[in-house]
Amino acid sequence: MQENENQPVSRDHAGFPWKQVIGLLLSLVLTFLALWIAVGHLLPVQPTIAIIVALAIFQAFIQLFMFMHVTEGTEPVHQLIGILFGIYVAFAVVGGTIWILYYQM
Amino acid sequence: MMDSITNFLSHFFVTGDPMIYGADASIALVSVAVLAVLTYFKKWKWLWNEWLTTVDHKKIGIMYIIAALLMFFRGGVDALMMRTQLAMPGLSFLNAEHYNQVFTTHGTIMIIFAAMPFIFGLMNIAVPLQIGARDVAFPFLNAVSFWLFFAGAMLFNLSFVIGGSPDAGWSSYAPFAGIELNPGVGQNYYVLAVQISGIGSLATGINFLVTILKMRAPGMKLFKMPMFSWSILITSVIIIFAFPAFTVALALMTIDRLFGAHFFTIAAGGSPMLWANLFWFWGHPEVYIVLLPVFGIFSDVIATFAHKTLFGYAVMVWSMIAISFLSFITWLHHFFTMGNTAPVNAFFSISTMLIAIPTGVKIFNWLFTLNKGRIEFTTPMLWALAFIPNFTIGGVTGVMLAMAPADYQYHNSYFLVAHFHSTLIAGTVFGIFCGLHYWWPKMFGYLLDEKKGKWAFWVFMISFNICFMPMYFLGLMGMTRRMYTYPAGLGWGPINFIMTIGAFGMGIGFAIMAYNIVWSAIHGKKDTTGDPWDGRTLEWSIASPAPEYNFAHIPTVSTRDAFETMKEEKRAGRAKPPAPFKPIHMPNNSGIPVIMSAFMFVAGFGFVFWWFWMAIPGVIGVIACLIARSFVYDDFHHIPVDEIERTERAAGRLS
Amino acid sequence: MAESTLSLDAKNRKNLPLEYSTEEGDLRIVGFWMFLAAELVLFGTLFGTYLVLKSHTGGGPTAQDLFKIGPVMAETLVLLVSSFTCGLSTLELRRHNKKGLITWLAVTIILGLVFVGLEANEFYTYVTHEGATLQTSAFLSGFFILLGTHGCHVSLGIVWIAGILIQLARRGITPVTARKAFIVGLYWHFLDVVWIFIFTAVYLTGWVM
Repeated sequence: MQENENQPVSRDHAGFPWKQVIGLLLSLVLTFLALWIAVGHLLPVQPTIAIIVALAIFQAFIQLFMFMHVTEGTEPVHQLIGILFGIYVAFAVVGGTIWILYYQM
Repeated sequence: MMDSITNFLSHFFVTGDPMIYGADASIALVSVAVLAVLTYFKKWKWLWNEWLTTVDHKKIGIMYIIAALLMFFRGGVDALMMRTQLAMPGLSFLNAEHYNQVFTTHGTIMIIFAAMPFIFGLMNIAVPLQIGARDVAFPFLNAVSFWLFFAGAMLFNLSFVIGGSPDAGWSSYAPFAGIELNPGVGQNYYVLAVQISGIGSLATGINFLVTILKMRAPGMKLFKMPMFSWSILITSVIIIFAFPAFTVALALMTIDRLFGAHFFTIAAGGSPMLWANLFWFWGHPEVYIVLLPVFGIFSDVIATFAHKTLFGYAVMVWSMIAISFLSFITWLHHFFTMGNTAPVNAFFSISTMLIAIPTGVKIFNWLFTLNKGRIEFTTPMLWALAFIPNFTIGGVTGVMLAMAPADYQYHNSYFLVAHFHSTLIAGTVFGIFCGLHYWWPKMFGYLLDEKKGKWAFWVFMISFNICFMPMYFLGLMGMTRRMYTYPAGLGWGPINFIMTIGAFGMGIGFAIMAYNIVWSAIHGKKDTTGDPWDGRTLEWSIASPAPEYNFAHIPTVSTRDAFETMKEEKRAGRAKPPAPFKPIHMPNNSGIPVIMSAFMFVAGFGFVFWWFWMAIPGVIGVIACLIARSFVYDDFHHIPVDEIERTERAAGRLS
Repeated sequence: MAESTLSLDAKNRKNLPLEYSTEEGDLRIVGFWMFLAAELVLFGTLFGTYLVLKSHTGGGPTAQDLFKIGPVMAETLVLLVSSFTCGLSTLELRRHNKKGLITWLAVTIILGLVFVGLEANEFYTYVTHEGATLQTSAFLSGFFILLGTHGCHVSLGIVWIAGILIQLARRGITPVTARKAFIVGLYWHFLDVVWIFIFTAVYLTGWVM
């Protein structure tokens, strides 16, 4: 396990906020893309849901890396493992609950 | 007018049973006595400055342990009442309704208000000392955690005399726990009290995770930490990820009951099974929350009293990491019989059996640590040694229950009850008693008496087996849990009678321990060295009781058994001369945690009775406390060098 | 120079922004990440509950009956843009530009208020026009509590940012206020992430099925 790992932070604080603007544009594009796929009924139900969920996950990662600076800090590995474990447990509770109670749906 | 007041009061206060009136009178008398003693001896200021507002992890730990011991007593009395009722067929000591309430409060109190706070108390005391830190990462939040637990515990216990106790079991399954079938306030107490203390538990999890990750002494890599600290690291992770699910489940149940939503009702499309699903999504990891810390305690205690380094350290750690992952994918085994599809039951059967592997690995590690050790039979060591076989029986019967088809036979029988008591008593209870004796000198500066401690151990451990060994057979004979009585002629009577004898034996064992605590407070042997057990980890390197700042110098660590290495270096004359003291930066005390929890209690009590005029000001008070805290900037002070010198000299640490 | 309660080596921090410059700030940021990880599970549980109960309409209105594209997209766009303005506030924080930081945080609050207003209006429409309340069906219980929990988080975030704005105005950018502004930003972006999943799992899925 890599301890005390230090991520140098880029010093490009001056100038146009490219990172933020690209993040915003990507979010908007992904949101409208998902809307178009869902409302346009372009595909059967199962693939549509798979695609919009994938787009949502992609957009979540954009927030995580472009806005939330998840790789910053004295030991960023800590929060990365924390968030990954959170994703694992959230996946277990959503997936498990649906699987267990599927016959009621 | 008079009628309505009488009517209100007769519903507000629990009436109709002489035992309840006795409890009313004793609660009132004890409260008055406490207030009178505090006022007479002018101790109010002392209480406020030294205890109620403290952010010192050691004092918070002591408060946790005192509260947990009281709750353990209450839960134990519940158990004895149940065993009295079941001692013989057809007794009427308790009626069905009271019996339901008693097993509900027994389970809830033992898990949420006794086992968890006891463990939180021990980890508060030992973890910062073991890792060479001067406090936890968030001392203020630590006080908030304790006071939220305390507010929750008091709210829950109030149900006994005001409004009526919950009676749907500690797992409070819908639909019986719902408003239609359970219209009183009892279940409101359950959801709100457990919620309030659960928020505190989540905060404790975050606090200790950050403390252990970020505040270890220089040189103490993760794989050089004492095993107890490792177990708390993993436990904290499980707390952080299990408790939010319970928070949601309890909130949904509260909204169902208070605001007429349909999450768990039968009507309007609700799903009672969803409650079981969410409850156990927290409930199974909770088992590991109360077990992993005691695995850590046993590891440290066995290594100390076998005078050997722990066998298979890395394997122990990886077993716990595996448990932290697996504990989140086994929850369905608590309701195999609720009618799941075959693949679901198969998956959860296999995952449950998998989690037995890392647990089994740990058993072998303890055995190999003992192998060729110089074993010293102190009281903590006796608890640790008794744990290994007794807990293994609970573990093996767990694997039997893990097989879904077989579970249809065992489910909700006394076989199941015996299984989880074998794990929770032989694991958690033996563990917290072990830790209590082990760290007592570090908390108070004197030892608990060994002779009385050993008496308590033998009486409790033998009685435990008298109570719970026959219970397996009773379950196989067909007696189901939560029956308030049973007819003669089924052959259950003699076994039940033996079990009741065992239960009272455990009560006597606990009483001997309580007597030992009182006796030792007066006559106990002083711990002048700070290292009464020839310990191996850093908490024994400082004076007993530990000074406010813990370490006058932050130690530098190079090995797993850090203090053992220091002692060897000292014997070899290689110890470095101490550096001069520097002022120490410490957090200030704060009254906000206790005040905020009082508001939380008021809000909880208001919601229990649907009294929104009371609940809403309570909630506003909580938010006001949070905002007030945000504006506090000067929240630390420095301990000057001369004060450190005085303290160290008084503890005999300066020559 | 006092010896700290903490023992971390300070040299790790010298290349990091102001909010990480003290040990306390460092600890609190990691602690807040862990809290957000816990919130993932909290919202995950609510999502699981909603998805199981989605088809349990108990004879009441269904997702297709209720959800309208216009108001939902308005809420989504407002929240996405507020996440962007919040990102700009963190950037200004890094530039030690107090005025820019306060301005962008204030814009974020305003967008947050607009979002809460839009959501309240959406709920109000459902309750008054469609007779769809928390008590109508399991589906609606799940819907109102999932969205209500998110809405309460946003409202709390507004109060929280307001409190930090006062402290920034009084004290300027210090290690402590910088840490507070950074953490509230993390919280705000996290709520945007949750909304993305609400948008997908509740609204888009509602329209698809």
